[in-house]
Amino acid sequence: MARRILTALFGAAVMGIGAHAASAATLDDVKAKGFVQCGVNTGLAGFAAPDASGNWSGFDVDYCKAIAAAVFGDATKVKYTPTSAKERFPALQSGEVDVLARNTTWTINRDTALGFNFRPVNYYDGQGFMVRKGLNVKSALELSGAAVCVQTGTTTELNLADYFKTNNLQYNPVVFEKLEEVNAAYDAGRCDVYTTDQSGLYSLRLTLSKPDDHMILPEIISKEPLGPAVRQGDDQWYDIVSWVHYALIQAEEFGVTQANVEEMKKSPNPDVQRFLGVEADSKIGTDLGLTNEWAVNIIKAVGNYGEVFDRNIGAGSPLKIERGLNALWNKGGIQYAPPVR
Amino acid sequence: MAIGVTNAPERSKSSGSIINDPQVRGIFYQAITIIILAVLIYWIVDNTTENLRRANIASGYDFLRSRAGFDVGQSLISFTSDSTYGRALVVGFLNTLLVAITGIITATVIGFIVGIGRLSHNWIIAKLSLAYVEVFRNIPPLLVIFFWYSGVLAILPQARDALALPLDIYVSNRGVAFPSPIPGEGAQYTLLAFLIAVAASFFVARYARQKQMATGQRFPVLWTVLGLIIGLPLVTFLVTGAPLTFDVPVAGKFNLTGGSVVGPEFMSLFLALSFYTAAFIAEIVRAGIRGVSKGQTEAAHALGIRPRLTTRLVIVPQAMRIIIPPLTSQYLNLTKNSSLAVAVGYADLVAVGGTILNQTGQSIEVVSIWLIVYLSLSLATSLFMNWYNARMALVER
Repeated sequence: MARRILTALFGAAVMGIGAHAASAATLDDVKAKGFVQCGVNTGLAGFAAPDASGNWSGFDVDYCKAIAAAVFGDATKVKYTPTSAKERFPALQSGEVDVLARNTTWTINRDTALGFNFRPVNYYDGQGFMVRKGLNVKSALELSGAAVCVQTGTTTELNLADYFKTNNLQYNPVVFEKLEEVNAAYDAGRCDVYTTDQSGLYSLRLTLSKPDDHMILPEIISKEPLGPAVRQGDDQWYDIVSWVHYALIQAEEFGVTQANVEEMKKSPNPDVQRFLGVEADSKIGTDLGLTNEWAVNIIKAVGNYGEVFDRNIGAGSPLKIERGLNALWNKGGIQYAPPVR
Repeated sequence: MAIGVTNAPERSKSSGSIINDPQVRGIFYQAITIIILAVLIYWIVDNTTENLRRANIASGYDFLRSRAGFDVGQSLISFTSDSTYGRALVVGFLNTLLVAITGIITATVIGFIVGIGRLSHNWIIAKLSLAYVEVFRNIPPLLVIFFWYSGVLAILPQARDALALPLDIYVSNRGVAFPSPIPGEGAQYTLLAFLIAVAASFFVARYARQKQMATGQRFPVLWTVLGLIIGLPLVTFLVTGAPLTFDVPVAGKFNLTGGSVVGPEFMSLFLALSFYTAAFIAEIVRAGIRGVSKGQTEAAHALGIRPRLTTRLVIVPQAMRIIIPPLTSQYLNLTKNSSLAVAVGYADLVAVGGTILNQTGQSIEVVSIWLIVYLSLSLATSLFMNWYNARMALVER
């Protein structure tokens, strides 16, 4: 009994004192308060980072904006909660954020025991290693005995342990809670190797004092499907967050861009017309609990998936990450949206 | 007590109303308090279980038995990714204990030196001690930790160009690597000899005290004890054929391999906590010594006791009575501040627990473990210090 009381007391602190903590209708809550509370990274260039005047931008941030655009028709109605890897799950569980768009890997444990729902994967990633060129290392298999910098509370930390164990390599983990601390320690030479998702490595390399002195090793040791996460038990909100991603993919597939979205409304293609909500008696948005203009609003706000990718992390950004697996399904990748009909 | 019992009925009689009866009122207010508390607890329990159920979050402490899957950089006991979450917490707990105990010892030593230094008649020593106290007391402990950590990382050389000191000790920004002793056949006799020497010293001290009480003659305790504790194990060690080899650190591809390493995470945390807490201890020590009336010193001098003996036998025992209670709070503070380890990546209880919390999502359970462990640690420290205080307290007849 004593244990239950204690558990409950701490529970109150963690779960947030208030009956609405895990309220079922997130959409109603969001509409009532007038903005989407979006959990993002504390600062990962290209994915989510604030500029000098505090405006957030990045790939994940565009997802937050897209959700706000779908709900309110206004991409500025977002508030960002920067979360460390450790803070992100309690923040979502407790209802502090409505959606977590924070390079979060979809795993069965997080999908079930942690009480979250994942569906669309907005970035197919894999874990890689970065080392100093001066070490003359060509493969991750040569890393035995190295000190490895890693962020705590990530799948990265677990994959690292598994990879070195499987390959019978020794290593010394140097573990930090905050991304900035890992960066600083790696930059200062506290460790030989930096490991995280490969997209993250490209982004982090730019922030080092001498980016050209570092190289990313060819091995990818894990599957890291990254995507937005929501709480279990609210299917409507889950659908909205999922379909925001599918709308971005679908827009790219149809060739609908931020620039031509108004013209495309007049497209003779009935699929495009249905998608953009101009079909007569359309219920394409109202069934989601949104307006029929929802897809148009998303595209006006952030463009299609290809535009979001290029602007933040792809060819049009300093990161220059290849589309790779993240190309559309008909262009050699695996990004695919269910039909909008 | 007797007055209260006789007064209460009189007053209630005089007012003639049950509402004005102070006893009834007292019971009424206490009952209200208990009901409010019970309702509050019930509401919190109910709300939490309901929220957990609705969010489909698993709960309970069973996760402690499952495989951890992550590695810990600094561990006093063997730990691999195949060990359990429970063992990971033990590793974190031991690391917390390690930094707390070593920190407390060092902080006490520095604190006493600086505290006595502040009372020194030597102007430079007094002012240096003052500067030390004012600097460290007025900086948040987290900044002190960062100061040492970035200091260690920025100033010391990279692992490949480690600074070689005599005795195969290497210093780099990966920490201090030194040869670790490997006991060979028969090394246990040396340990045994050491234990015997310690036990013997105890008896020697007792004998010396009794002798002085009985005859007034003094016995050279210090030299006898030193001779016992150093001499006996040394002789045993040589007689058994020096059964000790060293594992010497060697430059590997990335790091120095072999030997023992004290990492920069532990060092910065340990140094920061020691130096920070020592500033407070110094002030406590100074206050304690100042708190002993000057008449005590003068009386001792008048009796012809030399200044050094006056300090040891007259001032310090009395000062300790003033020092110990606030010193206990400082020890507790140091232990609790050790949770700042998370900032520099030292694997203490909070850091390891945080990782587990994240991997399993069992935040309520992990937070409860944290609270219980820190509470027990602090209570244990308090109990010990209270016992010590009782021993040192003035015996009044």
